[in-house]
Amino acid sequence: MSRNVIVWAVVIIVSAVGGALIQGQIDQKSAPVAAKSEPKSAPAATTPAAPAQTAATGGTLDAVRQRGSVLCGVNTGLAGFGIADSQGKWTGLDVDICRGVAAAVLGDAEKVKYTPLTTQQRFTALQSKEIDILSRNTTWTLGRDTSLGLNFVGITFFDGQGFMVRTASKVTNAKSLNGATVCVQPGTTTELNLADFFRSNNMKFQPVVIESLQELTGAFVAGRCDAMTTDISGLVSIRATQAKPDDFLVLPDVISKEPLGPVVRHGDDQWFDIVKWTIFAMIEAEEKGITSANVEQMKSSEDPAIKRLLGVTAGNGEALGLKEDWAANVIKLVGNYGESYDRNIKAQLGLERGINNLWTKGGLVYAPPVR
Amino acid sequence: MAFWNDRHTRGVLYQVAALGGVILVGGILVSNTMDNLARQNIATGFRFLTREAGFGISEHLVDYSPADTYLRALYVGLLNTLRIALSGIALATLLGIVVGFARLSSNWLVARLASVYVEVTRNVPVLLHLFFWYAVVTQAFPSPGAALEPITGFFLSNRGVAISWPGLGVPTLDGFNFRGGAVLSPELSALLIGIAIYTSGFIAETVRGGILSVPKGQLEAARSMGLTGWQVLRFVTMPLALRAIVPGTTNQYLNLAKNSALAVAIGYPDFVSVANTTINQTGQAIEGVAMIMAAYLTLSLLISAFMNWYNRHVALIGERS
Amino acid sequence: MTARFLKEGTILYGLFGTWYNALLTLLSLWIIVEWVPPLLDWGIFSAKTAPDPAACRATFGACWGFIHEKYRLILFGGYPFEHQWRPLLTSIIFVVLLVTSCNKRFWQPSLAAAWVLALITMFVLMHGGVLGLPVVESSRWGGLPLTLILAVFGLGIAFPFAVVLALGRRSKLPVIRAICITFIEVVRGVPLISLLFMASVMVPLFLPEGITVDKLIRAEVGIIIFAAAYSAESVRGGLQALNRGQEEAADALGLSYFDKTWRIVLPQALRIAIPSITNNFISTFKDTSLVVVIGMFDLLGALKASLNDAQWRTFYVEGYLFVAAIYFVFCIGMSKYAQYLENDIGRTTAKPS
Repeated sequence: MSRNVIVWAVVIIVSAVGGALIQGQIDQKSAPVAAKSEPKSAPAATTPAAPAQTAATGGTLDAVRQRGSVLCGVNTGLAGFGIADSQGKWTGLDVDICRGVAAAVLGDAEKVKYTPLTTQQRFTALQSKEIDILSRNTTWTLGRDTSLGLNFVGITFFDGQGFMVRTASKVTNAKSLNGATVCVQPGTTTELNLADFFRSNNMKFQPVVIESLQELTGAFVAGRCDAMTTDISGLVSIRATQAKPDDFLVLPDVISKEPLGPVVRHGDDQWFDIVKWTIFAMIEAEEKGITSANVEQMKSSEDPAIKRLLGVTAGNGEALGLKEDWAANVIKLVGNYGESYDRNIKAQLGLERGINNLWTKGGLVYAPPVR
Repeated sequence: MAFWNDRHTRGVLYQVAALGGVILVGGILVSNTMDNLARQNIATGFRFLTREAGFGISEHLVDYSPADTYLRALYVGLLNTLRIALSGIALATLLGIVVGFARLSSNWLVARLASVYVEVTRNVPVLLHLFFWYAVVTQAFPSPGAALEPITGFFLSNRGVAISWPGLGVPTLDGFNFRGGAVLSPELSALLIGIAIYTSGFIAETVRGGILSVPKGQLEAARSMGLTGWQVLRFVTMPLALRAIVPGTTNQYLNLAKNSALAVAIGYPDFVSVANTTINQTGQAIEGVAMIMAAYLTLSLLISAFMNWYNRHVALIGERS
Repeated sequence: MTARFLKEGTILYGLFGTWYNALLTLLSLWIIVEWVPPLLDWGIFSAKTAPDPAACRATFGACWGFIHEKYRLILFGGYPFEHQWRPLLTSIIFVVLLVTSCNKRFWQPSLAAAWVLALITMFVLMHGGVLGLPVVESSRWGGLPLTLILAVFGLGIAFPFAVVLALGRRSKLPVIRAICITFIEVVRGVPLISLLFMASVMVPLFLPEGITVDKLIRAEVGIIIFAAAYSAESVRGGLQALNRGQEEAADALGLSYFDKTWRIVLPQALRIAIPSITNNFISTFKDTSLVVVIGMFDLLGALKASLNDAQWRTFYVEGYLFVAAIYFVFCIGMSKYAQYLENDIGRTTAKPS
C-alpha cells in the first residue's frame, strides 16, 4: 500500500538530485564559457572587418535574405498597432515597422510572416529566434534591455498609462479611485506602475488580473472592475470598439511613461542597425516631406539630405549592408511615419499626434541625421 | 555461447544503454539551453526571488503588499492553490457522494436526473466550465451599488458574495466595494464551482461503482440478521464500498488539484498565475516553469500519501500490509 | 399505505413506495417544472435565430443569431474564408475514420494504413502547397479541426511511447524500471498547463541555435508527453490483467522477450486496455482546450475570439452552449462506446485468475 509513497519519494529525490546536477553543470559551464569568450573576442578586435563579428554572433540579415521573409512577432490583436482582419491581413503601426524592414531588406513590404504572441511568449520567441523582430507595443525598460538578452531599437510611440472608468461612476480623476477594483494585464509594466501609483498616493486597490486582453476587457465591461488600466492608446482603442463608447471615459491622468518600440536580439549589431535606421528613415522622410506618393519625384530633389536618404547619393545603403534604395523602398511601400500614424492610430483609434508629432512641430519624434 | 547471449549480461547492457541514452538526451538539452542562455545574456538562477515583486495580488491569506519579494508573492500564490484545492475537494466529494447515491436510487426520476448531471458535467472540458461560470458570475449579477440581498447580511453582486461573519462584521458598501464580512470573489467562486462540479461527476461514478461492487450476498446476510437499512449502509455497504472508492477518488483529487492550475485563465491568483506573472516580469521562464512543476509534484505527493494512509485505514484487517 | 398497492421493484414503487422516495419524487418534479419550461421558452420559443444583435437584445430568449453569424469563425477559426472547405473536409475525414475504427470488423492492419494515409491527406489539405492549393500557415489553423488534430495526432503518436513505457515499468531491469516510473509519475504529477508552458516558452531554449519548431508542433509535443504517461498506465492495466499463464507458457516455449511481448502479451493486453485507452482519448480531447492559455485558437479559443465582437459579447451563454454541445457529442459518443467495449471484452475474455 505504501509503494506509491515510496515511488513518489524516489521521484522527488531523483528530480532534486537531477536539479542539483543541472545547477552544478550551469556553474561549471558558465565559467568556461566566460573564459573562452575572451580569447575569442581578442582576435575579433584585431581583425578589421566588423561584419566578421556579427556573422559569428547573429547573421539575422543573411537568414532573412535566404528565407526571403522577415519573421515578425505581433500582438494577438490590438487595433491601431497590430491586428488581423477576417482575411488574415495584418495592419497597424507595429506591423508597419516589420513591413518597413522587409521593404528595406527584401524590397517587398509583403514578405513578412506574422506570429501573434501573448505577453508571456513574446520575449522567448525572440530569444529563441522564432522571430526576427518583436514589434508588439512593448515598453522599453532597463530590466528588459539588460537581463533578457534583448535590445530595444527605438521608440515608435510615446505612450503613458491611464485609467478607463464607466461614465456612470462619476469618477473624473485617478486620485478618487481609492478602494477601487482595477482590471490589469499581468506580467506587464502596467501592472507594476499600477501598484506604484496606488502606493505612492497611499490608496488601496484590488487587482483583477487576466492575461488575455479580450477576456480582461470582457470582465471590465461586465462590471467586474471599477476601472481598467493599460496604455492610454490601448484604452482608447478598447473604448472605440465598444457598442456604446460614450458609456466609458478615459481619465485625464497619465501615471507613467510608456515608450513603445520594436525589440531585436542582443548581439547582432547589423540587424539592430537596420531596424533602427528603418524607423529613422520613416521619421526623416516625414520631416523632409517625402511621402509614398511623391517619393519618385523627390529622387530628383536638390536637397542633399533627401538625396542621401533616397540613395541618390550612394553610401548609406552599403554601410548598412543593404541596397542603396533601401529607404526609398520603405517610403514607397509603407510610407513615412506620419502616413503610418494617420492610417493606423488616427484612423482606427482617433488619437491625435500630440507628443508623437515631429520635434519640429512640438512633439518628441526625432531622427538622427541620415548621413 | 558468446557473452552477449547471456541473459544477465544483456540485461546489464540494456540498462547501461538506457541510462546512457537518458543522460545523453538530458545532457544535450541542458548544454543547448546553457549555450543559448549564455550567448544571449539571459539571466539565470533564483536570485530574483529576493527582489521586490512590485505587483498587487487581490486575494491573500497572509499579509502581502507590492513591496514584498517574489518569494512572498509565490508563497501567497501557493496558499491560494492549497485553499482552492482543499475547498474544491471538499465540495466535489460532497456533491459526488450525493449524486452517486442518487444514481443508485430506486427512484427512477432521481436516478435519471443524476445520470443526466453526470454525463453533462463529465463530457464538457473543465476549462469551458470555468469560462462559463466566470461569465455567469460577472455578467449575470448587478453592480455592488445594486447588489441583491436575498437574506439580510448576504449580498450578491458582480464583486462576488459578501456575507456577515462573526468577527469580520457586516458587509457595507463603502465607495466602490463591500467592506467587512466574509467575501468570496467572483474568480474564486467560479473556479470553485467549476472544478467542483466537473470533478463531482467523476466522483459520483466512482462512488456508484464502489457501492455496486459490494457482493449482494453480504447485504442479504446483513438484512437477514435484522439490521435496518441505515445499519446495513453504515456497517456493511460503506466499509466494503470504501475500499473500491478510495483509490478512484484519489485519482480524482489529484486531477482536481492539477485542474486548479487553470485558475490562471480566469484570473484567480493561484500559484501558476503568480509564477506566470513572475516569468513575465523577470523573463526567467525556465526557473518559473520548474517551480510550478516542483510545487505540483509536491502537492500530488502529499495528496497521494494522505489517501494511502486513509486507504490503509479503511482496508480490511487481513489486507493491511 | 401506498406501499401495499404497489409491488416492490416496479417504477411506481420506486417513485412513491416510501415517504422519502415520494418526497424526492416531488422535489425532482418541482425542479423539472420550475426549470424545463423556462429553459424551453428561452432556448426555443422566445429565441431569435436571425443574426441581428438589436433584435436579440430586445427579446428575453436565446440569441442563436450569434451562432448563425459566427459559426464559421467558431468552427474553423482564422482559416482563410474562401478555403474553409479544406478544414471542413478534414473534420469530416476525421469523424468518418473515427466512426469506422469503432467497428471491430475493421480492426485489421489495413485500418492502420488507412489512418496513416488519412493523416497525411489531412495535413496536405490543411497546409496546402501542392495541387494548386495555396499554403496556409499553421498559425491560422483553428476551431474544430485544430482540436481534432491536437487530440488525434497527440494520442496516436503518444501510443507507441506509452506501450514502451508500460513495458519498461514492468521490466525486471531496475534501471529501466526506474527511468519509466520517474517519467510517468513526474508527468502525471504536474498539470498539463505547466507542460504547455514548457512547450511554448522553454522548448525553444532547449534546441540548438538556429533550429525553431512551429508553435503547433510544440503544443502537440506537450500533449504527446502528457498522453503518453497517462496511456502508459492504461496499457499497464491491460498487462496486469493478462493471465500470468500466458507469459509463463511463452517462457516455457523458449520464446525471446521480443517474440513473447510482440506475439503473445501485447495483442491480448492491448485488447483489454482498449476501453481505458478510449477514456484516455476522451480526456485528451477535452484537455486540448487548454491550448487557449498559450494563445492558440482551438474550438474554445475560436469561440472566445468571436465573443470579442462587442456587439455580441453578451450572448456568451449561447456560444458556450454551442461549443459545449460539440464537445459533449464527441465525448459521450466515445464514452458510450468505451462502455460497450468494456462489457464486450468482459464477455469474451477469460477473467484473470
